[in-house]
Amino acid sequence: MKKNQSQEEFLKGIWRDNPVFVQVLGMCPMLAVTNSAINAVAMGMATFFVLVGSSFLVSTFRHVIPKQVRISCFIIIIATFVTIADYTLLALVPKVHKELGAFIPLIVANCLILGRQEAFASKHPTKLAVMDAVGMASGFLLALLSLGAVREILGDGALFGVNLFGENFEPWVIMILPPGGFLTLGVILLFFNWFKYKKDEFLEDVAAAERSES
Amino acid sequence: MDNLLWIFISALLVNNFVLTYFLGLCPFLGVSNSLETSARLGLATTFVMLVTAVCAWILNTYVLIHAPYLRLICFIVVIASTVQFIEMLIKKLSPALFRAMGIFLPLITTNCAILGLAIFATNRGYGFWEGIVYALGAGIGFTLALVLLAGLREESELSNIPQLIKGTAMNLIIAGILSMAFMGFAGLFSSA
Repeated sequence: MKKNQSQEEFLKGIWRDNPVFVQVLGMCPMLAVTNSAINAVAMGMATFFVLVGSSFLVSTFRHVIPKQVRISCFIIIIATFVTIADYTLLALVPKVHKELGAFIPLIVANCLILGRQEAFASKHPTKLAVMDAVGMASGFLLALLSLGAVREILGDGALFGVNLFGENFEPWVIMILPPGGFLTLGVILLFFNWFKYKKDEFLEDVAAAERSES
Repeated sequence: MDNLLWIFISALLVNNFVLTYFLGLCPFLGVSNSLETSARLGLATTFVMLVTAVCAWILNTYVLIHAPYLRLICFIVVIASTVQFIEMLIKKLSPALFRAMGIFLPLITTNCAILGLAIFATNRGYGFWEGIVYALGAGIGFTLALVLLAGLREESELSNIPQLIKGTAMNLIIAGILSMAFMGFAGLFSSA
């Protein structure tokens, strides 16, 4: 039972409650840094670290933090982890750090992270909270990667800097510029709506068939 | 003087916070369903941005030169508490102004547009007046984008749109087209 529940918390972040495609949270970093797949991965990893770390701390200390000042405490914990991530990226991959620029400190303002602390980590035991954070962060990473890959392939004709189409490909430059971010995410959300619509239709058909049988 | 003007125009149009930097998207998509609400949110955001610019300048000049690694935590704590304090002050001094933007103030204390403003102003090494002008431009630019989207959304309520595309997907595509339109302003700088 215990194991099933933590598995459940992990999986819901990746698909059913995907933070970006279903809950539409954390959009600012999402759109700003996904003009290439490598930037998207760096951003995703940084968010992963911050989310898992702060979920771990918040749920460990959930009985110690007074209820009235919990939001401020969460923010300070998150800001600490973001500062660590910022300096780590600067030391390890200075080039990527320079490209992401101000958007690494802005992870603090990602509503996904604070939302998970408030909605989940502050109410559940450490193990479940970490599983939930890992799931949500993986879902976020996956979403960033898919958006980054689409934009880089269309806008630059490459993936992770490797040229895919050869000389004759005319890059669709608008995709790596800001409007491309809005348009790509809009189209992906449209696809998710369509998928949900089809699924609801299917479930209704099944229910109707069952009713007529009984 | 010329320099200040360019900072203002750049923050207002060319590097519009919402449409080019993707900052403050949550209120942009969440609150933009009526013109009046979005104009008030824009006013409140501009106000908080001005407060932020002052706070960031004071912190950068007097505190953070001694401890740069505390930058993020300092910004958040100081900006949030200053906004809270000014909110109380406005409530006491001018109930009319409070009614116009009061409910939004706690919501936007540390959204990404506010924090982004503080960080960008720091990274570019803006002085006091430059920071103020930058905040003014960014705030008015935010309001402009919000009001434009709200207007388009109010129009789209009346037209016949397939159920499937309604909601966030359509708003994002509208925002994409707006963003393309704003790209045209980039020409302002190369010709200057």
